[in-house]
Formats: sequence, structure tokens, C-alpha cells
Amino acid sequence: MTRVIVVTSGKGGVGKTTTSAAFATGLALQGYKTAVIDFDVGLRNLDLIMGCERRVVYDFVNVINKEATLNQALIRDKRIENLHILPASQTRDKEALTMEGVEAVINELKETFDYIVCDSPAGIEHGAYMAMYFADEAVVVTNPEISSVRDSDRILGLLASKTKRVVENRTPVKEYLLLTRYSPERVKNGEMLSVDDIQEILSIPLLGVIPESQSVLTASNQGIPVIINKNSRAGLAYSDCIGRFLGEEIEFRFIDVKKSGIFGKLFGGR
Amino acid sequence: MGLFDYFHANRKSADVAKERLSILIARDHFHRNQPSFLAALQNELLEVIKKYVDIDQDDVTVSLDREEDCEILELNIALPEKGRYKEV
Ligand SMILES: Nc1ncnc2c1ncn2[C@@H]1O[C@H](COP(=O)(O)OP(=O)(O)OP(=O)(O)O)[C@@H](O)[C@H]1O
Ligand SMILES: [Mg+2]
Repeated sequence: MTRVIVVTSGKGGVGKTTTSAAFATGLALQGYKTAVIDFDVGLRNLDLIMGCERRVVYDFVNVINKEATLNQALIRDKRIENLHILPASQTRDKEALTMEGVEAVINELKETFDYIVCDSPAGIEHGAYMAMYFADEAVVVTNPEISSVRDSDRILGLLASKTKRVVENRTPVKEYLLLTRYSPERVKNGEMLSVDDIQEILSIPLLGVIPESQSVLTASNQGIPVIINKNSRAGLAYSDCIGRFLGEEIEFRFIDVKKSGIFGKLFGGR
Repeated sequence: MGLFDYFHANRKSADVAKERLSILIARDHFHRNQPSFLAALQNELLEVIKKYVDIDQDDVTVSLDREEDCEILELNIALPEKGRYKEV
């Protein structure tokens, strides 16, 4: 059975696209046939993070409008088998995503793929609503910052009331908290909300904590999802998330201040 | 305590953030769980009362509480001091 995962947050710029790219790549690396869809119509970005921007010919809206077939629009990842990207349109507006159109594309993807990852745009309007509507599971990306936590709480409210699963009286969307851009040092100094604080407030299961890391920018510069970088703390933290998502029990790391000495130096800021 | 003291009060900013966030989210949840007609009801009540009494938006509050199997609609109308009643 195909699972549809939405990566969402309410607030903009918290790491949804970075996470969608990492998640889709991580699932494909585990052998699952995975498609990742960019729902950010008008502000296409996922193709850049995935490093396939030059291969975009058709997009999500072309498929919805039947100007191209799904197979024509899907981009096969060059590095990783089983991984496909459906880019967003750069030129149209979010209203181009009709409920029927999105549903038809997702249903067609379900025939071939094990996982469909939906990269939501920011906000709580049409685009975000379309990205979450068909989801079975939701990764709620949150930064340790007051407005991000509040917006995540709003999104949780929508996930619990405005999704297909709820409308059809099925078990609700499974929600996971993913904390990103976390700085153990700042938490220790009392300058940043801690994992425990945030989990207490949002009270959903914690999937992972991604540390603030320079390697995320390097990865996006190069168009290589950070999860591929085994020298990156952020990359390793994303790999742990995939393991947990697939049911493994994995201890949390990078949430305490790193030990000084060789290990700290080797991984310092990476 | 002046504004200056607020910044220098010996509290970690993360603790302040957590406290503000807890209050904020409790309030958000309260509003989220109110049925959507309450805002309309409040406005209509205000219009009616305004015909007779000089009051503002803030002087009328409407909320719904749930107690076991019954719902209680609470109306709170703060009347102005004497003398501001209109002549009808
Ligand atoms: N763990 C991290 N460490 C450092 N920088 C990060 C981390 N995660 C994300 N970023 C940076 O934050 C910025 C926003 O990331 P991203 O584009 O993934 O967010 P988004 O939620 O998709 O944004 P939007 O709401 O605009 O779609 C990028 O510059 C990215 O490099
Ligand atoms: Mg994005």
C-alpha cells in the first residue's frame, strides 16, 4: 500500500524543501520506489535542491491540465534508483492545483510508487491545503522559535480537520514532529526553546532533530540532498529520521552540546 | 519596572518564550474550538444593543463552554456608566 507523506509547517523557510528532498532520497536509498512532488506552484525550488533543474520539461500543472502525461513530467534521479521528482510550475498560480487534478495525479502515482512525498508551500492557503489533503502521514517541520511552533500548532489543527482521511472518517493523519535548525549550545545557554519544551507544547511524536549545519547550504549549492553526505551531522540526523520512520528504534543524537576534542572538531558545524 | 529592567531581568529568554507560547497556544485552541457562528452572533447582538446603549465592540463577549453533556452559551455585556443611555 502506497503511503502519502506531506512535509508541512505553516511558517515559511523552516526547512520543508530540504526535508522533503532528504526524506524522498532516504526512502529511495532504502529501496522504496519514491516520488516527491513540489506543491510550491510559482516558487519551484525542490528541483534545485535535488539537482535536476536543467532536466525540467513538464511540470505538475501540465499533468493536471493534461498537457503532458505523468511519465513525461516525472524526472528520474540520475544518482539514485527508485527516486522520481515531479516539479512544480514556475509560471502559474496556486489555484491551478485543483482538488480533482491533484487526486488524479496521486492516484496514478499510487499504481507504481511505495511512497509519495509532498513538499508543501508555506502558509495555510490553497497550496498547503492541497499538499496535505491526501496525506496518510505528516512531517511537521518546526524551528525552535516561537512563531514557528505556533504555526505548527495551527497546521496540526488543519491536519486534524481538513484532510481526506478525516472527511472520510478514517483513522486520522499520523503526525510527526521534525525539529530543524537546532542549536544545542543556544539551548544550553537558555537562548533557544529546547526539544522537550517544544514537544511538550505540540505533544506529537518526535521523529528527529536536525542540527543547524553549514552542510545544508553546501548541499543546496551543489544540488545534492544533504542526507547523502555521511560527514554531515544534518545528513546523519536525517538518516536517523528515515530509520525511525520505518520503525527502527534509533537513539537521538546531536541534541546535546557536542563533546570537545577530536570528535567535536571533526564534526564541528558540519 | 521599566522596559530596560525587562530585558535585564535575570530570566533566560527561552523560558520567556515557552511561557508566552503556552499561553498563546491555549488561547488559539480556545478560539479554534468555538463554533463559527459565535463571531456573527456577537456582532448582531452588538448592533441591537447599540440602538439603546452606547457600547463598543469590546463590551460584548460571547463564548461557549462545554460541561459534560450540556453546552452553556455565555453572554457578557458590560453596560456603560449612567448617563450614556440613549433617549429612545
Ligand atoms: N538544518 C539546517 N541548518 C542550516 N540551514 C538550514 C537547515 N535546514 C534548512 N536550512 C536553510 O534554511 C533555508 C530554508 O530552507 P528550505 O527552503 O528547505 O525551507 P522551506 O520551508 O522549504 O521554505 P519555503 O517555505 O520558502 O518553501 C535554506 O536556506 C536552507 O539552506
Ligand atoms: Mg520550500
